Amino acid sequence: MHSDNRSPLALKLAAFGGLFFLLAPIALIFLYAFSTEEKSFQWPPPGYTLKWIGVTLGRADVWEAMALSVKVAAISTILALILGTLTAAAVARSKFFGRETISLLVILPIALPGIITGISLRSAFSLLDIPFSTWTIVLGHATFCIVIVYNNAVARFRRTSGALIDAAMDLGADGVQTFRLVILPNIATALLAGGMLAFALSFDEVIVTTFTAGNQTTLPIWMLEELVRPRQRPVTNVVAMAVVLVTVLPILAAYYLTKDGEHTAGSDK
Amino acid sequence: MTDAVTFQGVSRHFGPVKAVDAVDLSIRDGEFFAMLGPSGSGKTTCLRLIAGFEQPTAGHIAIFGERAEGVPPYLRNVNTVFQNYALFPHMNVRENVAFGLRVKGVGKAERHRAAEEALELVELGGYGHRRAGELSGGQRQRVALARALINKPRVVLLDEPLGALDLKLREQMQEELRKLQRALGLTFVFVTHDQDEALSMADRVAVFAEGKIQQIGTSEDIYRCPNTRFVADFVGSSNVLPADLAGVGRAGQWASLRPEDVVLDPAGREATVTGRFFHGRVTKLSLDLAGQSLTALIPAREDTPDVGEAARISWDPARVHLMEREA
Repeated sequence: MHSDNRSPLALKLAAFGGLFFLLAPIALIFLYAFSTEEKSFQWPPPGYTLKWIGVTLGRADVWEAMALSVKVAAISTILALILGTLTAAAVARSKFFGRETISLLVILPIALPGIITGISLRSAFSLLDIPFSTWTIVLGHATFCIVIVYNNAVARFRRTSGALIDAAMDLGADGVQTFRLVILPNIATALLAGGMLAFALSFDEVIVTTFTAGNQTTLPIWMLEELVRPRQRPVTNVVAMAVVLVTVLPILAAYYLTKDGEHTAGSDK
Repeated sequence: MTDAVTFQGVSRHFGPVKAVDAVDLSIRDGEFFAMLGPSGSGKTTCLRLIAGFEQPTAGHIAIFGERAEGVPPYLRNVNTVFQNYALFPHMNVRENVAFGLRVKGVGKAERHRAAEEALELVELGGYGHRRAGELSGGQRQRVALARALINKPRVVLLDEPLGALDLKLREQMQEELRKLQRALGLTFVFVTHDQDEALSMADRVAVFAEGKIQQIGTSEDIYRCPNTRFVADFVGSSNVLPADLAGVGRAGQWASLRPEDVVLDPAGREATVTGRFFHGRVTKLSLDLAGQSLTALIPAREDTPDVGEAARISWDPARVHLMEREA
């Protein structure tokens, strides 16, 4: 590296400008969570208080929405972990007619706009006379959660050499032992990362949820409703802070987990 | 004595591809057996058939007299050293070596002691706590070997085990493998595409091409008396000539003539030099004799004609080997 690889001032300014543009609104959300003004957003906030945290903790509707979101995210993630891993194993491990097509079709739900997924699921549910419930939300979320888990798992399966499985069998391990002692340890971090990402995505999903929910209110839906009728506005901001923490931490963890997993090889060539 | 491995008319077809086609083979107990052939010749598929990763589409395989078709790899008393070692990346060296005992339910202390013993056998005592990724290619090779030996198999399969090593290390490992095999008295079945390696290490060699065995015999047999044009050409790059041009046999037959048996002789036949390569100990001449191309290895102390010049050559007809089969 040469010593004159420092970026010019203009580029630095542009980078800071971009970051400011991206992050300032989020900082504002945090700031208004502590504002004393509850009816409107006023700049600068007239005063600061911690009382909204207490108010939020005391509101039953927040807890209900939060509980529903956690439940939906957890069940969708578990469903996705099972189905996504199995699909990834099939696509990465064996050759069969139409394999490439299947691997494309699996990824399609995340490439499609959420609104299309939402509409198609809604019409499918009403065609089949399935009443809208927590379970229809779970099904809706599972569509994109499976893709996330699948993508993580398939990449790791491809990096994990088939020779490792041969070696385990050769040394006397039956199918169950091979899975437990060799396959699972090699894909575990990828599954954990995929699961965390899936959980975070499900937790803040709005569009598909709007189409697949009955009168259930997940946390993002609750926030949307709160903004429409201004009452104890900073409560919404406190909840938003909580959502940021719940979604950002798993995503960061997933990023570091898959990064550490880079050297997990045993590669073919 | 029962043979270690026998194949009776064994085929493994993948759709229209005949990876292994009607192979008969018997590997004796305690011998170092090499399967030699170019890539795609069926040698690795044969190895995988013995290990149990592939099942034959026809024919019978027996391991020490016991029928092997349908027996999964984990129930066979056969262990493999894989081409790129296939060490488990999430385990250290000791756990890798002890894996075979772990899945059998051997206790931790006992299997770690056994693993240490196996590591000492391959001169890697004290490396147990290292990760596979921290080892050099040669060391990984030894770990893979120790891992394959821990279950005390009667047959050890080695799939191009030295392919990834550099020349010097390869020669050293060749010697060590040979020594180890003799000391343990085990049957080693060794797959390679390197003819020197096969000839120098094995008691017997099977030469494969296109899913079939071309010839089985001792290294000397295969080198001196190749059965087919393929064997003559693949093992030691012999000249393959029409028999009448070589001065033996009758028209329509083929003969093989080793390049080192061609000598410069003022009273010999005239050929044109088309290439001349100095290799140190020998000079390699590419010659054109009456439209037939020919290679000669001439000791470096002799003067050789230059490209485009004429060379007079001859050979001792006793050195020419007439091939039994046409193909």
